[in-house]
Amino acid sequence: MQTEYKSPGSKVIFSEESAIKTAACCHCGTACGPTPLVKEGKAFCCQGCALVFELLAENGLSSFYELSENAGVRIAGMPKADQYLYLDEPVVRERLVDFSDGRFTRITFRIPAIHCIACVWLLENLNRLNPQVGESRINFPRKEVALSFSSDKVKLSDVVTLLASLGYEPELKLADLDARPKCVVSRKLWLQLGIAGFAFGNTMLFSLASYLGLDSASEPFFHKIFGWFSLALSLPVVIYSAQDYWRAAWVSLRQKLLTIEVPIAAGIVAIFLQSTYEIVSGTGEGYFDSLAGLLFFLLCGRVFQQKTYERLAFDRDYKSFFPLSVVRKGKTEERIALSQIQTGNHLILRNGELIPADARLIAGPAVIDYSFVTGESVPVEKQAGDYLYAGGRQIGGAIEVETVKEVSQSYLTSLWNQEAFRKEDRDSLDNLTNEYSQRFTKLVLAIALGAATYWAVFNPALALKSFTAVLIVACPCALALAAPFTLGTAHRWLAKWNAFLKSAGIIERLARVDTIVFDKTGTLTAASGGLVKFQGSALSETEERALFSMTRHSTHPLAVRLGYTIAGNHFPETVRSFMETAGCGMEGQVNRQEIWMGSAAWLQSRGLKVASATTESGSAIHVAIHGQYRGCYVLQNALRPETDRLIKNLSNHYELALLSGDNERERARFTEIFGAKGHLQFNQSPLNKLGFIRELQQRGKTVMMVGDGLNDAGALKQSDVGVAVVEDMSAFSPASDMILSARLVPRIDAILRFAKSAVRVIKASFLVSAAYNVIGLVLAVQGLLSPVVCAILMPVSSITVVGFACLATGWMAKREGIGAEKEVSV
Amino acid sequence: MSVIFLLIPLSIIAATGFLLAFIWAVRNGQYEDTATPPMRALLDEPAMPVKKPDLKKNLERTEP
Repeated sequence: MQTEYKSPGSKVIFSEESAIKTAACCHCGTACGPTPLVKEGKAFCCQGCALVFELLAENGLSSFYELSENAGVRIAGMPKADQYLYLDEPVVRERLVDFSDGRFTRITFRIPAIHCIACVWLLENLNRLNPQVGESRINFPRKEVALSFSSDKVKLSDVVTLLASLGYEPELKLADLDARPKCVVSRKLWLQLGIAGFAFGNTMLFSLASYLGLDSASEPFFHKIFGWFSLALSLPVVIYSAQDYWRAAWVSLRQKLLTIEVPIAAGIVAIFLQSTYEIVSGTGEGYFDSLAGLLFFLLCGRVFQQKTYERLAFDRDYKSFFPLSVVRKGKTEERIALSQIQTGNHLILRNGELIPADARLIAGPAVIDYSFVTGESVPVEKQAGDYLYAGGRQIGGAIEVETVKEVSQSYLTSLWNQEAFRKEDRDSLDNLTNEYSQRFTKLVLAIALGAATYWAVFNPALALKSFTAVLIVACPCALALAAPFTLGTAHRWLAKWNAFLKSAGIIERLARVDTIVFDKTGTLTAASGGLVKFQGSALSETEERALFSMTRHSTHPLAVRLGYTIAGNHFPETVRSFMETAGCGMEGQVNRQEIWMGSAAWLQSRGLKVASATTESGSAIHVAIHGQYRGCYVLQNALRPETDRLIKNLSNHYELALLSGDNERERARFTEIFGAKGHLQFNQSPLNKLGFIRELQQRGKTVMMVGDGLNDAGALKQSDVGVAVVEDMSAFSPASDMILSARLVPRIDAILRFAKSAVRVIKASFLVSAAYNVIGLVLAVQGLLSPVVCAILMPVSSITVVGFACLATGWMAKREGIGAEKEVSV
Repeated sequence: MSVIFLLIPLSIIAATGFLLAFIWAVRNGQYEDTATPPMRALLDEPAMPVKKPDLKKNLERTEP
């Protein structure tokens, strides 16, 4: 018989052994293990889950479990009563809340645990659990909850404790203290689009009569009144909807540049003045429908291009990695906000907690994982008195440290004082559209002046008319739409594939890249999932299961990785008298087997003869059972699949480099892959990496940096295109232009080819729109451009260009296999 | 044809109504999260709580 289990890592485990068959937890769906907690005939994996279940049942919220399978979130541990008290500190509180008037407070939390419809339901009915909590609203894509509560009756810390006790612990990071930027921009764009659309539709209705020749002969009065209505409707369009174009055109004229906004603004002015003149003087019906249509289409393009992926943050700095609070040891242990840390404070750091400021170790032993800061893959052991840099993560037991510097003065923080972090994001005026616009605008002006001069000589009445007609017809609506729609489509295709861009414009920069710099650890080599080999006398099934059970009790990264790899079809058994010695190993009894796992030195110190493992690239875990040495697991830092092929492919077209914070031990291996031309640099500090990129740029290179972790943050920011590689889309990533699922690293060549194809599509779209401009110009210079021709030509040209851009880009994406293997987005 | 003098203002009033509704919707933030409301539509109000003699609360009150 087969039973399906979900392990905490939600990896499905199949087991055929009926002896260990257990139920899934009623709350979170995790397998309960051999001894489930049974309450009211229901099985639970832990006390926390059972409490939540009871709480919900008491308050009539049981339908939570009917809404979705595995609705509940596993309760890792009940929050301690005083854990969130620091949130009530006025300094912290005031900067976290959105609004407060003393009696009533509104606050927004990010809660990563929100994952299904049941979460939405439960969190929006929070006031059932605490009547002092008012309305709560979820923003599912952003995983945010905005809630209000009566702050005179309930404290902020109580609200957070309530959320945490349900398994929805809010993410509280240092960055949350900064003011949250409101997304006013997108609201304004929607309003502009709506008003342009409104005017477009209504002026069309007024103009239609005249196009069909229904009124002109019979009722000149209608003619006039429709004209005035159209003029009135177009005023908000010109004043409000076109606002951004006026501003952009003005800015670029002052910089003596001819960006695409200049001919657009000129076109709008020409249409508006010409039409107003015609209405006022009663000589025609004007082009107001074309004017509103033009802006409507242009704004559609901007809305399309402005697609952002809100659940991803592209501009994180160290503050997003640092917690909001730490435990300070004074007379008693208290949780304080990070900003309250002073030099000389004694802090307690538990397993997995980040060192917030440079500090000296007081009581250890500490095992610090610096992989995030330096890229060094193996954690380092520290003894009391050693200096610890901020950004490292303690693994294992709790340690006590004394801060030596303040948070803002520490090693990691100083990276952010670099020039690269101060410079504004290049607002790319040097994009394809503007490049084309430079030539285009000059040409159009020349033609307009030429036509005007010609008619001034032969028929002065037509001179002004042909001049404005040229400006109107050459108004590069279709041209301005080519890039937004091509890039927007490409942006969406890439996102389907879990390659997210900060903005669609990044694609153009990707296409210009000529140098690619890779980070090693976590980028080219997988942080986990590498090859694990056992060397020594073979282990039996039960022995392996015992080892697996042991690994479940350790948080050491090597043990976690080993556990993950050998999990196979094992179910963890109870481990008795477990003991872990930081930096050495762990011991315990499983099923009456005495097990020691750890470093060679540690086993040797217990009098065992340890075979030297062949660890040319990787780490080893040595195993002894019943005091008998059995062999060791060798965990290799495996290259991601297809890395060889990727590097070989790229080296034909790009200059390649590898920067690693790791030591030289893998140089030979990478020289083989990168060949003679690749630059390989080891022992690189974050600042070295940044400098290396800057040097390349000074040599005129356009650099793409592919990295992960904070140690690459400087390089990612400095490079022209910074690509952050993440194993898990909801995990943290440093500031970057593109967030790439680790699975896609071997496909970077396809992404670069696709970017180049997209740029080719834009260029082809320019040709299509130019063809329409030529037709229009031929009509315009002859003074033949009537409102009805304009009203047809403009939308038709726009729609052709948009259709062409979207279809061609989609076709290119299919050709590169992008989006073929869809992944369910997180 | 004179009916048109009635129809034009009416059509403009109707259209303006829709425009105002749109502006309200945008200001209300309805274009910022288009994923959660469809979920919300499927959800029911929670059932009324089953009131048990609330032992926990009594206990808490007796604590100093």
